Amino acid sequence: MRVIAEGLVTEDTPPSLIGGRERESGRVVFPCPPGERYEPVALSRTGTLWSYTIQRYRPKSPPYAGPEAFRPWAVAYVELPGEVIVESRLTDVAFEDIRIGMPLELTMIPLDPEAADPVLIPAFRPTGAAA
Amino acid sequence: MSGDVCIVGVGIHPFGRTDGLSGLEQGVFAVRQALADAGIDWPDVQFAYGSSDSAGNPDTMVDRLGLTGVQFINVRNGCAAGGSALFSAQMAIKSGEFDIGLAVGFDKHPRGAFNALPSEYNLPDWYGDAGYMITTQFFAAKIMRYMHEHGISQTTLARVANKAFRNAVHAPHAWRREPVDMETILEAPLVSDPYTKYMFCSPAEGGVALILASEKKARELGKPLVRLKAATMRTRPPKSFEVFAPSIDIGGGTATATRIASADAFRMAGIGPEDIALAQLQDTECGAEIMHMAENGFCKDGDQEAWLAQGRTELGGALPVNTDGGCLACGEPIGASGLRQVYENVVQLRGDGGGRQVQGNPKTAYSHVYGAPGVSAVTILER
Repeated sequence: MRVIAEGLVTEDTPPSLIGGRERESGRVVFPCPPGERYEPVALSRTGTLWSYTIQRYRPKSPPYAGPEAFRPWAVAYVELPGEVIVESRLTDVAFEDIRIGMPLELTMIPLDPEAADPVLIPAFRPTGAAA
Repeated sequence: MSGDVCIVGVGIHPFGRTDGLSGLEQGVFAVRQALADAGIDWPDVQFAYGSSDSAGNPDTMVDRLGLTGVQFINVRNGCAAGGSALFSAQMAIKSGEFDIGLAVGFDKHPRGAFNALPSEYNLPDWYGDAGYMITTQFFAAKIMRYMHEHGISQTTLARVANKAFRNAVHAPHAWRREPVDMETILEAPLVSDPYTKYMFCSPAEGGVALILASEKKARELGKPLVRLKAATMRTRPPKSFEVFAPSIDIGGGTATATRIASADAFRMAGIGPEDIALAQLQDTECGAEIMHMAENGFCKDGDQEAWLAQGRTELGGALPVNTDGGCLACGEPIGASGLRQVYENVVQLRGDGGGRQVQGNPKTAYSHVYGAPGVSAVTILER
């Protein structure tokens, strides 16, 4: 598995997002910032949809490193209970079926679906959706 | 210094696209207009604060205006740049150090969405690689949550855009001055759901200049006294939800830089939201105007649905909002945008608004900017 950046997800199967718990306050953030102030923690693999939108146009490159060919995709903010709300792709759901509050679970998807050895990015999908 | 800081001169270069004229030249144009409006000459200006995000160093305009040796400080402060220049200028006069000076802002951005890089925002490169460094995504996700929590409809969003373009018909400095009907706004292509292309402002060009003076100096100049009763600039508190946020605290999204900038401005001015006759509120997109109505204390969360339907923020309503069409109709040159709001408020308080003049002889006017990376600036003017 080739993930878009190191330190983003655990090496478990299936992986979890790695957040950072501020040692002093206990506040959890994502991703885990470098340095001693934050302790890396594996975040919950499940949560609920807090908000979302659909990215309808191809982002500018740089910085976007995705494929030239563009199809709209969903961007989600997912509330991981008791931890933090994380930004992620939303996958395996038709745009018109997206509902705030729907239960979601973590998966990994290719940044470029056509690539032979794609870079993977974190995404959430409806709980129980086919792998 | 005794008395208030007053705004004694205003100038603007029309917003939009002006090929062949640099951002700085548009700033110079605005300064000359403001000097003439105040009835002073460039050598009378004792100090200047200039803001520009991507159109060069404001202080280099001394080349065009005259090498008087004037103190000229450049301000770069994200979307609050213009507000910060104004704040700094009023402090220079309040301190007693100076009697009269300039706040100027200009910008000229390439077409299309802003092209931000992760490293400029203390974010890892993967965040940009994966396609998240996009302001429109954030604005859309933020209003989507707000609509869900407070029962705001997409129709209400469209009403904001519809009003902006109608108001702009009467604002010579606005960019998009053709009315757009509700159906066209709602049926246009989606950019980021729930926003169609008419619901976002565009990066643009323009320049604004304000001449500020002590009350004593303003009286000498014989200008109508438009008093700057409060100017605040604040950064984000804990639990806010800002542009380019890979994560948000649980329960986040309600605390904002705007809420604290606004509360402090009202405290300084010694008046409340109910005392304001008209307001310019940051409308990067339609939802921003909706949320900012509540964040600035003018209504409760959710009231906007009824307010817009009843026309309460129209030119003839109880609280006219964005009387020149705001960012939606004027576009957003970052360095100039906050100063445009103050320009418009001065025009309104002087009664010079023409077809967009708020009736009833308004005595108070409010301005508010908000933007990356979680900054807000507010002013309250009184005549």
